[in-house]
Amino acid sequence: MYQYFYELTGSVIISTLITAVFPLVNVLLVALLGVYLERKVSAWMQDRVGPNRAGPFGLFQTVADFIKMLQKEDATALDIDKKLYNIAPVLVFAGSFAVYAVIPFSSKLIGSEIEVGLFYALAVSSFVVAGILMAGWSSNNKYSLLGAMRSAAQIVSYEIPTALVVLAMVMFLGTLSLSKISEMQTAYFWNWNILGGAEFGLVKFLLIPFMVVGFVIIFISTLAEVNRTPFDIPEAESELVAGYFTEYCGMKWAMFMLSEYGNMFAVSAIVSILFFGGYQSPFGYLGNTLGIEWLIPYEQAFWFILKGWFFIFVQMWLRWTLPRLRVDQLMTVCWKYLIPYAFVNLIIIGIITLL
Amino acid sequence: MNYYDILFYLFAIITLVSAGFVVTTRNVIYSAFFLLFTFFGVAGIYVLLAADFIAVVQIMVYVGGILILLLFGVMLTNKITNVDIRTGTGNLLPASIAVGLLMGALVSVMIYTGWKVQPGEVPDTSIKQLGALLITDYLLIFELLGILLLIALIGAASIARRDKE
Repeated sequence: MYQYFYELTGSVIISTLITAVFPLVNVLLVALLGVYLERKVSAWMQDRVGPNRAGPFGLFQTVADFIKMLQKEDATALDIDKKLYNIAPVLVFAGSFAVYAVIPFSSKLIGSEIEVGLFYALAVSSFVVAGILMAGWSSNNKYSLLGAMRSAAQIVSYEIPTALVVLAMVMFLGTLSLSKISEMQTAYFWNWNILGGAEFGLVKFLLIPFMVVGFVIIFISTLAEVNRTPFDIPEAESELVAGYFTEYCGMKWAMFMLSEYGNMFAVSAIVSILFFGGYQSPFGYLGNTLGIEWLIPYEQAFWFILKGWFFIFVQMWLRWTLPRLRVDQLMTVCWKYLIPYAFVNLIIIGIITLL
Repeated sequence: MNYYDILFYLFAIITLVSAGFVVTTRNVIYSAFFLLFTFFGVAGIYVLLAADFIAVVQIMVYVGGILILLLFGVMLTNKITNVDIRTGTGNLLPASIAVGLLMGALVSVMIYTGWKVQPGEVPDTSIKQLGALLITDYLLIFELLGILLLIALIGAASIARRDKE
């Protein structure tokens, strides 16, 4: 993608900007359709109809909401810390958008093919934590601060099981580059890592149960990292009003929502790259069968976005099914269950890989 | 001047200006948040030096770990919802003498050392070489560091438990 635009325009800056626009459009679409889908999914789960007035099936509801939000007055409380209060939403969004620099949407559509991609994706999410703490503290509101503290503690704790599963996968695959990981799981679903990777043999069948355990652990812990129910205690509306963004309104609040949905897609993408083949199609490519080479990257982008949306749907499904955890239960799940299981899983996958 | 030079100066300015604010601002929370930008600038410079792994580790450890810990410390030890957390400066004369001496030493080392300059290709990634070095040449130090961190962890846990009894 970058290479193509570089040849077309001959300028580093312009081609980089064009390459960066695609993930941004993706994030905006995810937020726009994600809010709509969330409303519809919650309505289905609770036997309601959901939004159905604006446009066909209520599809333009989020657009209408967005236009409403643009016109809102930027009301702020008196005793806030103005500078930090204004920087925080930008920092949170920057942190969640930075992950997209390394996510391969297809074999051609990738921002940067750096070797440390996976590690980078884990690292830049720490800017989100700093941003959340900034937002909570500068609001000068105890609910905001409590929400921010809870959120930071939660994200920092759940980074450990995530990192342990990622470590196990890196040991198995031998690379940190997200594009190489996707490339290794070739275009049929039995070659995906959840089914033991592309190499056929005894190792593949031994690995399957431990891959499933790894997937469950990383799915739970990434769910906690994006503050979704059942782990949404940072913004538990019945206890903390809205957590760290209680004092925000209008477009600044929209930035937080945008980064939440951006994060949801990003973690879905990383889970699907690690275990579900990334951009690889489950049934082979139409482009190969018909002999049209240029179709393949488009097919890959289609499958990738479909997988991302599938996991977003699962996240919503869980949100409207499960009740919220208490703070102590949350920490128990992380430190007493997920981390020991992740450690055992790491050791077993390591031994099987050595076989 | 090519793009890399512009990027280098950009990151250098971010690092220096925010580091300046870290020491001059009177609000501890501001210092902590300016530290975020300092770490970010340093990570950018590491990237320009083709040390990709170190750059990501810099963000992971310093922003994700140490800075968050620092913020927690500042926020929880002061009056929690008070915006006015201030610091003063003391011992100006001895501090400036000590810092001046240290800076003089560093600058003279920088100028008078015979740096080994070798033309070479910038490698695509530094992970493979780093990993190989860590489990061959520097194995003992690596293991010792692991044990040291484990001791620190156990110590922290035991201190935290003792308070409750």
